Amino acid sequence: MGRKNGVANVIRAALEYNNSEARRWRVSVEMVQACRPQDRPPKRLLIKACGQNLPGFTDDTYPQTWKECIQPMTTPDLVVQDQPGLQPAGGIPQIVNDFSIQIATVNGSGSQSANNVLLRSIFRMGVPVSGKNLFPSNIAGLPTWYTIRVSKDGWVARKTDIDVLIAMNAETAQQDVQSMRPGAAVIYDQSLNLDQVRKDLTYYPVPFDQLAASTGADAKIRKLVKNMVYVGVAAQLLAIDMDWVEKTVRKQFAKKVKAAELNLKAVRAGFDYAASSLTKQDPFVVAPMSATQGKIIIEGNEATAMGAMFAGVTVVTWYPITPSSSVVEDLIDYMKEYRVEPDGKASFAIVQAEDELSAVGMVLGAGWAGARSMTATSGPGISLMAEFAGLGYYAEIPGVIFDVQRTGPSTGLPTRTCQGDLTFIAGLSHGDTKHVMLLPGSVKECFEFATEAFNIAEQMQTPIFVLSDLDLGMNNWMSEPFEYPEKPINRGKVLDAKQLKELGGFARYKDVDGDAIPYRTLPGTDHPAAAYFTRGSGHNEKAQYTERPDDYENNMLRLARKFETAKTLVPKPILEGKGRETIGIIAFGSSHWAVIESRDQLQRESKLGTDYLRIRAYPFTQEIHDFVAQHERVYVVEQNRDGQMLNLLKVDLDPTQVVKLRSVRHFNGLPIDARSITTVIAEQEGAAK
Amino acid sequence: MSTTPATPQPKTNRIGLQILDYRGGKTTLCAGCGHNAISERITEAFYEMGIQPERVMKMSGIGCSSKSPAYFMSRSFSFNSVHGRMPSVATGALLANKTMRSIGISGDGDTASIGMGQFVHLLRRNIPMIYIIEDNGVYGLTKGQFSATADIGSKLKSGVINDLPAIDTCALAIQMGATFVGRSFSGDKKQLSAMLKAAIAHRGTVMLDVISPCVTFNDHEGSTKSYKFMQGHEEPVAEVGFVSHFEDIAVEYDHDTTVDVQLHDGSHLRLRKLHEDYDPTDKVRAMNLLMEAHAKDEVLTGVFYVDTQKPDFTSMLNMVDDPLATLAPERVRPGRDVLAQIMAEHS
Ligand SMILES: Cc1ncc(C[n+]2csc(CCOP(=O)(O)OP(=O)(O)O)c2C)c(N)n1
Ligand code: SF4
Ligand SMILES: [Mg+2]
Repeated sequence: MGRKNGVANVIRAALEYNNSEARRWRVSVEMVQACRPQDRPPKRLLIKACGQNLPGFTDDTYPQTWKECIQPMTTPDLVVQDQPGLQPAGGIPQIVNDFSIQIATVNGSGSQSANNVLLRSIFRMGVPVSGKNLFPSNIAGLPTWYTIRVSKDGWVARKTDIDVLIAMNAETAQQDVQSMRPGAAVIYDQSLNLDQVRKDLTYYPVPFDQLAASTGADAKIRKLVKNMVYVGVAAQLLAIDMDWVEKTVRKQFAKKVKAAELNLKAVRAGFDYAASSLTKQDPFVVAPMSATQGKIIIEGNEATAMGAMFAGVTVVTWYPITPSSSVVEDLIDYMKEYRVEPDGKASFAIVQAEDELSAVGMVLGAGWAGARSMTATSGPGISLMAEFAGLGYYAEIPGVIFDVQRTGPSTGLPTRTCQGDLTFIAGLSHGDTKHVMLLPGSVKECFEFATEAFNIAEQMQTPIFVLSDLDLGMNNWMSEPFEYPEKPINRGKVLDAKQLKELGGFARYKDVDGDAIPYRTLPGTDHPAAAYFTRGSGHNEKAQYTERPDDYENNMLRLARKFETAKTLVPKPILEGKGRETIGIIAFGSSHWAVIESRDQLQRESKLGTDYLRIRAYPFTQEIHDFVAQHERVYVVEQNRDGQMLNLLKVDLDPTQVVKLRSVRHFNGLPIDARSITTVIAEQEGAAK
Repeated sequence: MSTTPATPQPKTNRIGLQILDYRGGKTTLCAGCGHNAISERITEAFYEMGIQPERVMKMSGIGCSSKSPAYFMSRSFSFNSVHGRMPSVATGALLANKTMRSIGISGDGDTASIGMGQFVHLLRRNIPMIYIIEDNGVYGLTKGQFSATADIGSKLKSGVINDLPAIDTCALAIQMGATFVGRSFSGDKKQLSAMLKAAIAHRGTVMLDVISPCVTFNDHEGSTKSYKFMQGHEEPVAEVGFVSHFEDIAVEYDHDTTVDVQLHDGSHLRLRKLHEDYDPTDKVRAMNLLMEAHAKDEVLTGVFYVDTQKPDFTSMLNMVDDPLATLAPERVRPGRDVLAQIMAEHS
């Protein structure tokens, strides 16, 4: 895991070793071997970083052929700043609020609440955190890793290095330990004998079964309780405030007082054991800050669900698929709570359809008949929706389709993240079809864009696709609290019976206002001229069947103009930086968090200033053209193999601008990390020399 | 003495509309196509039942049959969707506005091949709509290939013989949960009219398989969906009579030979048995009759099954009385307090 980012990790580890007073880091043979050959760092760079002392390296590690394919590199600028660190009397230098914890468990073992308690306790101490779940496509029995990043600087992207491992899964424990960076700490079940695996880590053996049993929990739930024991151990070793742990447990089990007490007992058993039997030997500690006040922690899918509810969604259809299911599952909970009227009746319908064809068909049927309708899916579902997507575009029917992206092609890695549906959705369906896409980059935007998507769908009378991804949708993110939508609900151009009476009639597909958006009526409108014929076959302004070349062409041209109108409605990109640098970065969606951290690294380590434009929607607005025009080189950062955003930009940009684009891609299924971006940009900018 | 001659009042239905108000556009289907006759019967049925055309949604998939909503009731809202997917679109539309009536027109290809998945789920949900299969045993619009309702041994014009069993959409509909299931023939004006009117009076999925000969591709010798074949093999299981709730006539009937079913709007379906074992409230008997008829090469027609008790899908969802489509913003956007509460839960 995580070691495939090769060059970045090894060089950094080496340099950190070189720069660190405490000399905690060592570059191991394993680390180098874990890199793809083309990523391996040059031997002399390692020697420079580590001195002549390269423990364990043989000529096998550095075969002749491999040596030859390496470009000579010198790295005067590539200096990784180490933490100043507190130095308690006689102790090891501390690393405060800047490390990551990985909890390795078995899928289905109920570790989620324990991990959540850890995450939220640190958060409530005022320290920025993020939580990422790396889980298998399986219900029970396969390994799962949950990573909590603690970052005083507020970085929340994935970090490849793990500092503290909680090894609860016997099956992966050996490998988990092998993949740690030197100097890391390992909390593990003592029966696993992990301290025999490597000598360069700090080990904390814990008799988990014994401690779980001591809580008096019966055998059936002991497995769950065991998880809370590691919370206690970690709290003690990492100085996590037990007051907050306790409050968090109580809040989490608010409706189950007995469960709360049992879990707290387990936490305390772990805490007490650590206090009495373990000696702190690693540098990682949490200390209170005040950087999270007023903030919330939430998953993107839940935020999306909330956004849809506040948008006033009325018809929801779905066919379960990871990682989108929780959008609708959370929505069901919210709607039952907040959208049932005093007489017990629902102001909504939620239907589990027989497949995604049907799910999107219902969305369009409902949108046509006037409901605010939506469905949520992921890649395979999007593929099935293609034909209907074209109907929605051509017959001009509103609807919102949430795509929580996962890796493809085909089934791909169902539980891993990707930004790989971009080009497919942009033109989803045959013929000249074009779709509006919204690209939320944060949980807050998941909420806001969900709300806004329904307005845009009805204003534009077209399906709107909202693309998030597994990382954003299913992981825990800190956020400012969401703001109540101030914009009134906009139902678009709908004529009622009274208006029809005044007008005497209407032409469904006529551009009356010059914005290419026609007027529509809803079924049931009580006027003899209200009805029209909706079809996916050729139609003229009056919605009559036509095969006339001019009718077809005029309608298609109007649809193209309508797509131009979309540019006035979609969220504009956001510029970070003064706009005066020569290097620009373009990114979107969840990549944002790694990009902002990477900009900081580029600035600090390589003195490379960058401007950054975050795209938030397609079609592209003028700001995006301007941004590229104002920079000499523009790095397009994205999480897919083929540079899909870059390709969309290529289509739209002036050819003289296209040559400025460079691509930074990350697509191993794990969320993108800052270092992967920094390495590529620094190298291409010659800053790595 | 009056000097102005009395102009004859145009005939109107119970809501004051003329038959003209129910007409559609001019058909572009082949002259003699069974689908045209069905459009006529639908027009009359809605006129005679006095249904406001603006309260009706006409749904369809793709095919000659699916084009036909353009040829009846132009004042109704129409949605000609994609091939085989009308059920989902119709379902969505009814979720948005459950106060509307819905009639779906499909073909045997549109339903029994590409659309099978959505079709069975529509039946299973008992979506409150009339679903008509204009069944000609071929894909008319793509020039006459066999469909999945073609009988074993039936012959294409080119001489190709169908060697796969036909799907009996009526048996399927009964098994899957439709609450009004029947078969008719586009050429049987009386029976089809009565069945359509009863369909309008029913609430729940009405599945009517209407044999509708394709004069261009499947009306020849050797076809089992031709006019000639139907004239020789149609075997009504019961005589279908319909007494509407607004007709103030007490029709006498023989309780021993006739099954009376009171429909949702108060109208009555009167089914005079022509078969010993006929009982339209019994699924098993209905299925048996269909199976026996297959064995005898008969095309059984009539109402096979009616269930007026099973709740339809929109009622099961316990939605508010008003259409979801047009609920006022304050009914669909929770207040600031709700957001504040949710935010507090996540802090
Ligand atoms: C996805 C898709 N595949 C194929 C077609 C081509 N197609 C149009 S109509 C049709 C068959 C229609 O047969 P049926 O439903 O029996 O209608 P009929 O024309 O016989 O009334 C086919 C295959 C299509 N429109 N869409
Ligand atoms: S081809 Fe057949 S089904 Fe199509 S319109 Fe002509 S007769 Fe009717
Ligand atoms: Mg057909």
